Amino acid sequence: MNKPMRRVSVFCGLLILALLVRVNWVQFVQADELQNHADNRRVTIERYSHPRGDIIVDGEPITGSRETDNPDFRYERTFTDGEMWAPVTGYSSQGFGASMLEGVHDSILTGDDDRLFFNNTVDMFTGEDQRGGNVITTLNADAQRAAFEGLGDAKGAVAAVNPETGEVLALASTPSYDPGTISGTGNEAGEAWLAYENAEDDPRVNRALRETYPPGSTFKVLTAAAALEHGLVEDVDTETETPSPYYLPETDQVELPNDADPGNFCEDATVRTAIRYSCNSVFAKLSDEVGNEQMIEMAEEFGFNEEHFVPIRTAMSSYPEDNRPQNAQAGIGQASNRATPLQMAMVASAIANDGTLMRPYMVDQLVAPNLNVIEQHDPEEMSQPVSPENAQMLQSAMETMVEESVIDVSGLGDVRVGGKTGTAQHGENNEETPYAWFISYAMTDEGSPVAVAVVVEDANVAREDVSGSGLAAPIAVDVMEAVLNGENAG
Amino acid sequence: MSSTSNTTVSTGGLPSRRNTELAMLVFAVLIPVFAYANVGLAKDGSLPAGMLGYGLGLGLMAGVAHLVVRRWAPYADPLMLPIATLLNGMGLVLIWRLDQEPQITTPSLGGPMAADQLIWSTVGVALFLGVLIFLKDHRILQRYTYISMVVALVLLASPIFIGEEINGARIWVQIPGVGSLQPAEFAKIIIAVFFAGYLMVKRDALALASRRVMGVYLPRGRDMGPILVIWAISLMILIFETDLGTSLLFFGIFVVMLYVATERTSWIIFGLLLSASGAVLVASTNAHVGDRVHNWLNPLERGANDGVTETANVMFSFGSGGLFGSGLGQGYSRLIGGIGAKSDYILATVGEELGLAGTMAIILLYALLIQRGMRTALAARDPFGKLLAVGLAGIFAIQIFVVAGGVTGLIPLTGMTMPFLAQGGSSVIANWALIALLLRISDTARRPAPAPAPNPDAEQTQVVRA
Repeated sequence: MNKPMRRVSVFCGLLILALLVRVNWVQFVQADELQNHADNRRVTIERYSHPRGDIIVDGEPITGSRETDNPDFRYERTFTDGEMWAPVTGYSSQGFGASMLEGVHDSILTGDDDRLFFNNTVDMFTGEDQRGGNVITTLNADAQRAAFEGLGDAKGAVAAVNPETGEVLALASTPSYDPGTISGTGNEAGEAWLAYENAEDDPRVNRALRETYPPGSTFKVLTAAAALEHGLVEDVDTETETPSPYYLPETDQVELPNDADPGNFCEDATVRTAIRYSCNSVFAKLSDEVGNEQMIEMAEEFGFNEEHFVPIRTAMSSYPEDNRPQNAQAGIGQASNRATPLQMAMVASAIANDGTLMRPYMVDQLVAPNLNVIEQHDPEEMSQPVSPENAQMLQSAMETMVEESVIDVSGLGDVRVGGKTGTAQHGENNEETPYAWFISYAMTDEGSPVAVAVVVEDANVAREDVSGSGLAAPIAVDVMEAVLNGENAG
Repeated sequence: MSSTSNTTVSTGGLPSRRNTELAMLVFAVLIPVFAYANVGLAKDGSLPAGMLGYGLGLGLMAGVAHLVVRRWAPYADPLMLPIATLLNGMGLVLIWRLDQEPQITTPSLGGPMAADQLIWSTVGVALFLGVLIFLKDHRILQRYTYISMVVALVLLASPIFIGEEINGARIWVQIPGVGSLQPAEFAKIIIAVFFAGYLMVKRDALALASRRVMGVYLPRGRDMGPILVIWAISLMILIFETDLGTSLLFFGIFVVMLYVATERTSWIIFGLLLSASGAVLVASTNAHVGDRVHNWLNPLERGANDGVTETANVMFSFGSGGLFGSGLGQGYSRLIGGIGAKSDYILATVGEELGLAGTMAIILLYALLIQRGMRTALAARDPFGKLLAVGLAGIFAIQIFVVAGGVTGLIPLTGMTMPFLAQGGSSVIANWALIALLLRISDTARRPAPAPAPNPDAEQTQVVRA
């Protein structure tokens, strides 16, 4: 009986060998795949087993972590002034993932980033739990508050940047939401999420970065810049040979009226006057003369037709290829061209910075839990769309616009303020409430510390009361004031 | 080492190796005690209160078992007791560790189970001692061949009449005041006794008195009939109870013992053909089995209500353990949920917390145990002992393969317990009895032959040994 017994032994050995091969396969070859499988709850358990790092504004964290009684997900995200900061922080939810800065720098905040390896190793030996790194932003809390409170109950957005560096100073979007309400996994979070999703205006939308609007008359600054750069007008005080009314080219006498031109200032107006009275005729004609190709080129120099990563991805502002009449209309910001509030803030900032456009960014440093800087962002020139001389001429025109308007800039003190209003029609046959725009910058002796773009989609006011100077400009002035006060204090 | 010799009769007397056994038992107790400390430190940062109790309990069990082996089975294999003790101890640690997870220790799931398991282990060891003390010679069992048959059938059939269905299988018998028992765990040993007894008597007839049918030698019906009938009945019962793992075990052990007894390869082919057709038949007709096969082929697929299936969670446990594991007490095998985490799926906890290294170590411990069993079979001097040992070792091998293979996704899952490691009273008791039988056979096999009678011619024929 020994011979078959030996064979049986060998067979048993083969069974064991098969088991060993199998566990090696599962625990070695497939281990990574299984470990990081989306359904493997350990991934999320691990993720929430220690507090996240924080997002910092002006040295103060605007986020936090709270221990919960959930056995699986121990730490939950909390937000200070969540509604105000939502367009910056986004949410970090146990049930719904993360967005905005929480999403972009997730690996730093959780501490999983490879660059934190050394830190984690040291923590492991000292017996400390893994900690997340911090994200230090360029934002200005006062400016952000001014923007958010200025928008109030209105629907709209504000973007403010520092023209000299490209630092984003404020990003507000209303209606907003408190990301803290969806941090957890329970019913409350689920209901809040559904409520946002079903809301008429989804409060999770980041209107400052992710929505594009017809830029309306604020785009005229860009058209003026193109005309100056291409030598179509010598300076802002030369008369343009513009008829009023102006008929769109290649159309059957389609008239482009000038809205607010009581004294017929727009006929043969200078660029300064045209910006002052927001003459459609002048800029439509200039845009037509510059031509579609070169208008696109100029728009792209200012940052149109591409997504920006600040590091949150922005929507793409567009200036598309188009036919002549459309291109003429686009010159007044009222055709197929669209822009995000950040994009229009970039336009204002390039003018304010003597023609140099700095690449916008909102994260200054990523720091390890031990405060070692692991990434430092330095200001970077993005393009030079306008020559310094032309930029200064445009500044002077924009400053005239503000000086001769009803906009109250007295609170800003001894600074020059340049701006451009806009009222963008939208909806079929212009039936819906127009968008009120205002772009502006403030200029001190040392240069310009702030450029702002404000768009108010809907402020619940009568249609005829919608105007850039009435609705949007005061918000911009408050934001600039907040930045300037900070400058003086600092 | 002289134990590599395969001679069935050795006059010189092998070393008894009892001290080796004792030394290894020390390790077999110390390792689980350290494991307890490890779990406690990982979970609460302090040594667990229960550690002393479990450690002492395990140490006492091992000590008494060793003394009894020393006294009543002095030539028994020295490895089996330490391996069984180590596995049993690790099983206690793992169950105790899983008891610390509130989600799988709710009253509806039976509450904490480690203390009960320690009691069952004690009962198991008591049975082990009883077998060694009262069963002086395993050949006595031969007398009970047909009684074994009846007992095995009664045990197997009992859940049908007095059992209750749990998790789709009707394999438990409720005994008031004691708890539920799985009769099949005991039946597997008793049926091995029956097979061994019957085959020992009929093996020549089965092997030689056969007719050639289509190139295959078939034995006469009167030799083959009874065993075939008994085997078929037990399979029918198990299939009726949907205890698939155990039916596979019974089938496998039948084929193995028949093959060893008759030394005819045709039985293997015959057996494989039968099992293949049986498997296909059952898989295609039984929904429960169909599900299992489906889960096996698509382990990570989402289940009903888009939930993560147990199968997937088990795979995640193994995968997340990686090479060295998360450390005892630091894994999340509780995510498997339900009642299985401490019993059928306990290997997943090993996989996650001790890693590939730990899983391989556990599998190799079983392999070593099986190998010692097979060696005992080779060394046994009587055909009954040989057959019984090969049957018992084979039971172990098949059970390990079916459970570990099922849990790791090598083969479809058929619920059975990891011997000694998994929570379950019947299992641990039956397996201690199984080890006792193997030890008894190995003691007989390795016992030195009685000294030859004095013979005047001895002087001339004595072989002088160097």
